[in-house]
Amino acid sequence: MQIIQPHYHAIARTAQDYERMAMSGVVAVCEPAFWAGFDRRYPETFIDYFAQISEFEPTRAAEFGIRHYCWVAVNPKEAENTELTQEVLRHMPEFLEKPTCLGVGETGLHKSTQNEIDSLQAHVEIAMKHDQLVLIHTPHLSDKAHGTKTVLEVLAGMDVNPDKIWIDHVEEQTIESVLDAGYWAGMTLYPVTKCSPRRSVDILEKYSTERLLVNSSADWGPSDPFTLQESIVEFRRRGHSLQEAVEIYHNNPCRFLGQNPKWDIKPITIREE
Amino acid sequence: MLEPQKTLDTYYLEARRDLLEVAALLDRYDRSVEKQGQKAEDESRLNSLLEAMSLLSGGDHPKANRTEQLLNHFAKVS
Repeated sequence: MQIIQPHYHAIARTAQDYERMAMSGVVAVCEPAFWAGFDRRYPETFIDYFAQISEFEPTRAAEFGIRHYCWVAVNPKEAENTELTQEVLRHMPEFLEKPTCLGVGETGLHKSTQNEIDSLQAHVEIAMKHDQLVLIHTPHLSDKAHGTKTVLEVLAGMDVNPDKIWIDHVEEQTIESVLDAGYWAGMTLYPVTKCSPRRSVDILEKYSTERLLVNSSADWGPSDPFTLQESIVEFRRRGHSLQEAVEIYHNNPCRFLGQNPKWDIKPITIREE
Repeated sequence: MLEPQKTLDTYYLEARRDLLEVAALLDRYDRSVEKQGQKAEDESRLNSLLEAMSLLSGGDHPKANRTEQLLNHFAKVS
């Protein structure tokens, strides 16, 4: 089965991931810009980072036959440095022109401070101005419900196209509000701290899957890129057809990401002879 | 052995995850019952889980042997 990893931080992973992902059917990964585990001090560090994920990583993935796309943003944790944020934002449009850059992300909220909210608004404004997709991070654990509500309030006050916005890391307590507002919702499957493969299938069975994306977890912390495949196995184990699985784990990413013409992987229909 | 606070801090998130999995299983069962319009023929495994949680949440456990108690409890269900 062909699979798309919509949210994958390749910079924090080894080539062994790519090899194993390729063996398991992954045809494309999308790498949002994220926190490096420490607060970067210079705009130039971001610029090099954006160059790495927009120029170098596609070549590393290509060695294993995997397409690599990216997103650019200042993540919420570093939004407290307003000077740095403004400077990086000033450089972002040049990266949005890169042939594998799909949009602005992951922006969003971490502790939902005013600086984070200002940064989120500035990122969304740039995205809308340049007709880009947006990927929005929502907070972890106990901050999630409040942070997601705040994200929705910020977006409600802006002139945005919900079709082009993906709000990520939803769980059972936040998914309904995101879908009701017309946005795409992403589940991120972690070994411990976020949604799990089984719970992701519960959510897929409970809600309309039209605007749902499923991500694995792949960063420098305790994470596992194969939680996505675990979710697929669980989905199939519950009796859902191969085409239904393809719709969720391949075609939905194609439909959302395909709003950017740089994404040329098309939805698949399985046909028996 | 870890100190009390360190013990909680070290294992809290994993325990949180495991409890969420149990909650998700119970929700999954309820949704299935609703969709199928009937309960499982034998609900003893469901009742066993509910009783186990009751055992965990209730009273003092001076011997710190909840795990042993649960194993003995689960042994009653095939």
